[in-house]
Amino acid sequence: MGLFRQGLSWLVDGGHWVGTGGILQRLVEHAEMFALAMLIASALALPVGLVIGHARRVAFLAVNAAGVGRALPTFAVLYYAYRLTLKAHPFAFWPTLIALVFLAVPPMLTNTFVAVAGVDPDTVEAARGVGMAERQVLLRLELPLASPLMLDTVRTVAVQVAATAGFGAVFGWGGLGRFIVDGFAAYDYPQLLAGAILIAAFAVVVDLAFGLVGRHPALRRLRV
Amino acid sequence: MRAPADVLVDWSWLGDHTSVVTHLAAEHVKLTLIAVAIGMAISFPLGVLAHRHRWVYAPVNGFAGILYTIPSLALFALLVPYTGLSTTTAEIGLVSYTLLILIRNVVAGLDGVSADVREAARGMGYNDRQLLWRVEIPLALPVIIAGIRIATVTTIGLVTVTALIGHGGLGALILQGYRQDFPTPAYAGGALSVVLAIIADVVLLTVQRVLTPWAKPADVRHQVEAAVPAALAGA
Repeated sequence: MGLFRQGLSWLVDGGHWVGTGGILQRLVEHAEMFALAMLIASALALPVGLVIGHARRVAFLAVNAAGVGRALPTFAVLYYAYRLTLKAHPFAFWPTLIALVFLAVPPMLTNTFVAVAGVDPDTVEAARGVGMAERQVLLRLELPLASPLMLDTVRTVAVQVAATAGFGAVFGWGGLGRFIVDGFAAYDYPQLLAGAILIAAFAVVVDLAFGLVGRHPALRRLRV
Repeated sequence: MRAPADVLVDWSWLGDHTSVVTHLAAEHVKLTLIAVAIGMAISFPLGVLAHRHRWVYAPVNGFAGILYTIPSLALFALLVPYTGLSTTTAEIGLVSYTLLILIRNVVAGLDGVSADVREAARGMGYNDRQLLWRVEIPLALPVIIAGIRIATVTTIGLVTVTALIGHGGLGALILQGYRQDFPTPAYAGGALSVVLAIIADVVLLTVQRVLTPWAKPADVRHQVEAAVPAALAGA
């Protein structure tokens, strides 16, 4: 455990927290990247998933999006994004963001579609029968019924985005992955371990936070 | 010698490096097979145990969930100071990420066997062991194999990450492309990794269809979706 203790002491050393390239700066970068990627991916995937789920259209595409996404190696997607935008953005912020969004959209899209399309058709018919407009059927019936699965998905994807953001450092971006990549390059194991602990802690906090959000009363009311 | 960097794919490089690429692809398959095999060797008994004794499920699923939540980059970084740049380091990480998917599918498959079928087997005088091996496992096989498919495809993608610790199979080509500022190996590595994933998926699906021709694809899909939401893809 000697090495691990050195990693912990590296972590609690105040000098490593402040200044350029310090833990605080990297933490903020990581959090910003995470939040941006989640916002953009949710804004793209959730409405589209809801609408095509409601229409029960393009099912094949929607259902298989996650499978295709799963087969794409994260690492390759990051490299391609890096390659495509390199000349304009040498600091790898945009490629990392693009790759994260690209990886987050398919599972969100698939599960939103599955959740909405999975709502009992008799219930949907009954809603139409009592005079609900399509928009109301979607927002007042299908969305609440689909929301538990959607929230679980957002949570799982959030953990993945938090984790994958660490790989941005491999391609020259900052974030918490920086300590791992730099620690590795310099055989600085305490820094490497500290970076690992930081990224793992970030992912666990994201997991717990999204778990709590899912239990919020306002959202629980959605769970019919 | 080398084509300018703005050439998308330098086909002559590929022609000159087929043996390297083939070797790395074989490495990729080997890392994947070992990971899924060990993952299954751990998950299968745990899944059976959790199916028989319900209280086992929560801690086992919880532990596998924690492993699944730890980012792969962090897990490899945690292991390297102890197990070095060895295959062991790569495999510990890869195996860790198969467990959640495999355990959940083994349990879901076994749970999916209807009570009537179980009763009938009991009525015919099957003991616990016979019930498990002759009735429950064969009937659970489609869902178990579906779990193996997901775990395998996920692992094939994840193997590329182990390039960072000196392995990576085809992922080594991605890293090489980045480091040498020469995209051809990276495109080849990424594309071939996807091809491997598709082949593995189709092969396993075929195995499942041949072994359990009675299973209805829609039923299997519903059980798998309940056990492993589509969002559970490795990162």
